[in-house]
Amino acid sequence: MEIEPLGDSALIVRVVDEFETDPEASLNTVLRVFRCLEAAAIPGVIELAPAYRTVAVFYDPARIARTELTPSPFESLTAEIESALQNQSAGRGEGAPPRTVEIPVCYDLEFALDLAQVAAYAGMSELEVVRRHSSARYRVNCVGFTPGFPYLTGLPAELATPRRATPRTEIPAGSVAIGGAQTGIYPTKSPGGWNVIGRTPLRLFDHQREPPAILRAGDRITLRQISREEFDSLRQ
Amino acid sequence: MNVTVASAGFLTSVQDLGRTGFRQSGVSSGGALDAHAMRVANALVGNDDNAAGLEATLGRLRLRFEDECIVAWCGGAFTVRIGDEDLPPGHAGLVRAGDELVVAAPNEGSRAWLAISGGVEVPLVLGSRATDLRGNFGGYEGRTLRDGDMLPLFKERRFPSRRGKDGDLEIAAPWVSEWSAPTPWAATAHRDRFLRIVRGASWDRFTPDAQTSLVTASFTVTPDSDRMGARLDGPNLDRIDSGDLLSEAVAPGTLQVPPSGQPILLLGDCQTIGGYPKIAHVITVDLPIAAQLWPGDRIRFREVALAEAQQLLLEREDDFARFRIGLDLHRSS
Repeated sequence: MEIEPLGDSALIVRVVDEFETDPEASLNTVLRVFRCLEAAAIPGVIELAPAYRTVAVFYDPARIARTELTPSPFESLTAEIESALQNQSAGRGEGAPPRTVEIPVCYDLEFALDLAQVAAYAGMSELEVVRRHSSARYRVNCVGFTPGFPYLTGLPAELATPRRATPRTEIPAGSVAIGGAQTGIYPTKSPGGWNVIGRTPLRLFDHQREPPAILRAGDRITLRQISREEFDSLRQ
Repeated sequence: MNVTVASAGFLTSVQDLGRTGFRQSGVSSGGALDAHAMRVANALVGNDDNAAGLEATLGRLRLRFEDECIVAWCGGAFTVRIGDEDLPPGHAGLVRAGDELVVAAPNEGSRAWLAISGGVEVPLVLGSRATDLRGNFGGYEGRTLRDGDMLPLFKERRFPSRRGKDGDLEIAAPWVSEWSAPTPWAATAHRDRFLRIVRGASWDRFTPDAQTSLVTASFTVTPDSDRMGARLDGPNLDRIDSGDLLSEAVAPGTLQVPPSGQPILLLGDCQTIGGYPKIAHVITVDLPIAAQLWPGDRIRFREVALAEAQQLLLEREDDFARFRIGLDLHRSS
């Protein structure tokens, strides 16, 4: 584990060296560090953000307690983080098991703008793409880029499809898409280059809700294929 | 208690010091691109640091006041008038009922932060009154201001002391304070734009030529720049390796380098995570200069140690605390 500065008011705890070898274990380790630092509530820390193999710590240097041994806020906070993580590894480690969230997805052609391209690239029928995509098990690696956007691992390797050469200027909210080896869901209308193969009626992000995002890092995700009628009835 | 937006100008939005606590849901900090300028302006009118004010881009803003208020602003080289009276940056000024405040186009720099006593009364959304222009929430209906908008103000005021012998406010003459905030805080547009940087996590992934170019060459701000980031045009910053990086946190001030080799300086509305290598970060005390950049501006970078960057920030925070105490003493005298 390494701790390195992210400018003068944030730092990054690099929890694992390699993510891809064992994404499941890597994510669990990162989330353990995230929860431990959350519980430590170190004065001067403003917020935390986990992503893949790192946990970012945003802080106010003026509110970090300094000592003679650690004259700079970065050094002091690094020492506090290391000590918080050592105490954790001595004590209990696991925390709550991840939640499982079911996301209904309609794969009707009206929503599946790029399903034909994905099927052609994978060399299988559109029905087969939908069957494999909707029966796979996914996990949220992190939420970010835009508010509420979940980066999911677990896409069956045969469905990996390169991003579109020219990104769409507008992808509708709720679009379920494949970008390279990843799959994700656009919470709000936005530009994007991923291949759209379906749409969920759920609002993944709503600023009037607390918390505003349905999904958080670590969640297990199952997709449930729904009809156009059910899509309309579930629409939020 | 309302302010009417007679002319909304080029791009004006309600901002405070930004939104914290939702980064893990992908919500960026946002807020005034120069949070320090917003804070100083708020202090000048007797507001809390985090009161909501206005961020005016390129000026051309006209506001009409229904009630007497104290106003102050900090930022680029703008001319601001209350009626016919000049209101220089970093000074407090009295606006009387019916007065018009005009922020003209800037001679240099691009943005100004205007504080109004009481603060703009818009609902807290996810703990902040800042407008998230990408997510279309917060601020005034989640959008930039338009001509004719009515901005409500909080009634609670802590006016600077300017009462007459009988205790009444002396409102006969236009009033602009003689005292002011330190000029480097109030007027932040500079002809020589040297931004100090600390090394980023990916510094060693760049060629020695790239590392040298970053601190010797000049970079020009390109037109596709906004509150998310300033795109820069300069010598290509080439990497040693070309492997993909896993996405991780970025922050305002981060200098990230996409495959084109042309760096992007991230600003307050930047995304929460990114996968491009981070060659360096502009230090927090120099973000006010970054917040004034406009297409065509040229900038240079100079490297400092992290300990120095943090020391400069701690000194500024001490100075700001003293400034606030000084203002309070002045008001109660």
